Amino acid sequence: MPVDILMPALSPTMEEGTLSKWIKNEGDAVKSGDVIAEIETDKATMEVEAVDEGVIGKIVIPAGSEGVKVNSVIAVLLQDGESADAISAPKAAPAANADTPAATTSGDAGGKARESSDEPTSVASEKVPAAPKTEVAADPDIPAGTEMVSMTVREALRDAMAEEMRRDGDVFIMGEEVAEYQGAYKITQGLLQEFGDKRVIDTPITEHGFTGIGVGAAMAGLKPIVEFMTFNFAMQAIDQIVNSAAKTLYMSGGQMGAPIVFRGPSGAAARVGAQHSQCYAAWYSHIPGLKVVMPYTAADAKGLLKAAIRDPNPVIFLENEILYGHSFEVPKLDDFVLPIGKARIHRPGKDATLVSFGIGMTYAVKAVAELEKQGIDVELIDLRTIRPMDLPTVIESVKKTGRLVTVEEGFPQSSVGDFIANRVHREAFDYLDAPVVTIAGKDVPMPYAANLEKLALPNVGEVVEAVKAVCYK
Amino acid sequence: MAPRKTASTSSRKTTAKPARNETIGSNSLTFTKEEELHAYREMLMIRRFEEKAGQLYGMGVIGGFCHLYIGQEAVVVGMQMAQKDGDQVITSYRDHGHMIALGMSARGVMAELTGRRGGLSKGKGGSMHMFSKEKGFYGGHGIVGGQVSLGTGLAFANKYRGNDQVSVTYFGDGAANQGQVYESFNMAALWKLPVVYIIENNRYAMGTSTVRSTAQSNFSKRGEGFGIPGVQVDGMDVRAVKAAAEEAIAHCRAGKGPYILEMLTYRYRGHSMSDPAKYRSKDEVQKMRSEHDPLEQVKARLLEQGWASEDDLKQIDKDVRDIVADSAEFAQNDAEPDVSELYTDILL
Ligand SMILES: Cc1ncc(C[n+]2csc(CCOP(=O)(O)OP(=O)(O)O)c2C)c(N)n1
Ligand SMILES: [Mg+2]
Repeated sequence: MPVDILMPALSPTMEEGTLSKWIKNEGDAVKSGDVIAEIETDKATMEVEAVDEGVIGKIVIPAGSEGVKVNSVIAVLLQDGESADAISAPKAAPAANADTPAATTSGDAGGKARESSDEPTSVASEKVPAAPKTEVAADPDIPAGTEMVSMTVREALRDAMAEEMRRDGDVFIMGEEVAEYQGAYKITQGLLQEFGDKRVIDTPITEHGFTGIGVGAAMAGLKPIVEFMTFNFAMQAIDQIVNSAAKTLYMSGGQMGAPIVFRGPSGAAARVGAQHSQCYAAWYSHIPGLKVVMPYTAADAKGLLKAAIRDPNPVIFLENEILYGHSFEVPKLDDFVLPIGKARIHRPGKDATLVSFGIGMTYAVKAVAELEKQGIDVELIDLRTIRPMDLPTVIESVKKTGRLVTVEEGFPQSSVGDFIANRVHREAFDYLDAPVVTIAGKDVPMPYAANLEKLALPNVGEVVEAVKAVCYK
Repeated sequence: MAPRKTASTSSRKTTAKPARNETIGSNSLTFTKEEELHAYREMLMIRRFEEKAGQLYGMGVIGGFCHLYIGQEAVVVGMQMAQKDGDQVITSYRDHGHMIALGMSARGVMAELTGRRGGLSKGKGGSMHMFSKEKGFYGGHGIVGGQVSLGTGLAFANKYRGNDQVSVTYFGDGAANQGQVYESFNMAALWKLPVVYIIENNRYAMGTSTVRSTAQSNFSKRGEGFGIPGVQVDGMDVRAVKAAAEEAIAHCRAGKGPYILEMLTYRYRGHSMSDPAKYRSKDEVQKMRSEHDPLEQVKARLLEQGWASEDDLKQIDKDVRDIVADSAEFAQNDAEPDVSELYTDILL
């Protein structure tokens, strides 16, 4: 059978090109790898190589033809012993262009104009399957009579890591100052003493490198906890987080993923200026392939960090320096694990829904208390997980209250609150009695001056006013 | 592992020693009377300024992070003595000394530390992020290693414009492990950019000593793979710093490309004001203070040469203290930025 030589695509976006020159002529013998023609694309002149051996039986598209469509037959190659008579008429579909007189030559292939190539692809789009819904289990029941102990978020995080490290020898922690210094914010206090320097590892200040090493180790099946001294410094490493950790499972067709936790403080501390004061909740929430957790209470910090370490996926665990020292009640249980992806109703209410997470909850909690005094009964939801987000809990609440305000410290554009507002408008529009209000940090780099820093952050008064506004009070 | 040169008297280099068979030239290690007096005053100014900043931090007048330069004064003062107007300077968050040495006003620096409108960044940058276009000071950078590529870019601009200015780019021993440092080294060498890389090796990156963070703790060799010459310099001796700086800057100005100066130095205080510094012994700090203090070295020479009397030195100290006290006074009484500043300077 004679073999068709097709117009090759020489770049991912090429649809057609000019066949500028034939290097071989009819009757020439060619071996695979021989250059047979030159084609021009809008970017470059490229050589076409023969793939098979044989004799050029017929040149279908003459030199100089423009607008030759990718995959149209440009020549026919005869195999051993075949004669040109064996060539049947080439299929008509792909066509050469007739713009130039020289191009209108032999074969039925000529004469077809290139109009169609500029048309957009068909309007009748293929049906995109709906994203699957995942059910997230509710929080485990805490048995009646369980002792509650008061502990700081700092201690809760440390205990969570220590418990998981005792449970699983593949869990280790690495980062700057995590071992001998006991953690820049003392979250890893005592871990080096208990687990030794094989599992509690001080790294040089090389975020991009050690993050890649962590992801590689996770791909090999270990379960690293990578501590960033603060998430501001993870920007050095964000490529490995997004391009390697988040995408490997998908790119490998499910063969391998990265069971890794990236944790550390995110957001503003106090007076540390623009480069050290960013909230990364919205940033990472943008990325499919990541889970993003941002707890407020010590109990959630503990239960969710344990879950994050056990999770087979990369989990971004956003803490907050100011919250480290806050104390909360934590149930004293041997193995307290909470579900990632489940919001917690911090306080039920009927007049308006207030949604927040992480440090944002500190404003929300104070605002709710103030609003209670003013006779407004707010339902406060702590998202706890930003991705996957528990929108059903938010929407259920909005259906009840008809009003929604969100609070976060991050920048306002494309914020977590913006995403929630959009979803609520789409899924519960008819239930809304007022437009959703989103409160965020101001749209400015964090200033250093005390007065400006205060203005740049959200404040309780803003939250109170927003809730009153949506309640038309 | 090759033992790291420590700062003990015996192993500490007193002269800038050439690497890669380059000779350091005949730059004199002796200072004239004027040079000694100048260096003394400048270093004293930095020290007193930093002591005051530490005090104000303790009072809660300065917030956030505050990284003091005490102990490292000879590095920036010696470098400055070899620079000329138009050369650019860029460094990390440990930047107060660099600004003082560049002649930026003590009031402007201190008021930035307190976040007031008279500060060099109008109170919006803070201790770690200060700049002065006028003095060619390109910051004050909070992200470890970030300034190294930026400093290389300043050198790129010099080459592009064909001027003979040199970018003086400082970073720490910890920063020297960041990947972008080596990406920058490669391009600086490839394009022969006029940049002096000054690695201020004060032996610690927060609580991590260089021995615990690097397999090659001779930082002057870090450019070898790219053909960048480098030398180790006694960074506690302002004369050695100046001599090495002259050599390195001349190399850059002559169009020969980048140069690395590893300054063996020491910080007396914790990494920042909030660091208890438990990772090193009190003896280690005391030994550096008593045997290698950059100011004491100059002071001893001044007295020995009869170039200054105790009284003269007291007078210098008084003058310096007055300037620092004035800056502290100003920085505490100056107003905070106007609230309208919140939304300014974001875009042009
Ligand atoms: C990318 C990045 N990682 C971590 C930090 C936190 N950090 C600030 S200073 C510092 C130590 C730097 O040490 P070195 O480079 O030796 O400079 P020195 O403080 O000794 O002057 C660290 C880890 C940071 N600011 N930026
Ligand atoms: Mg250092």
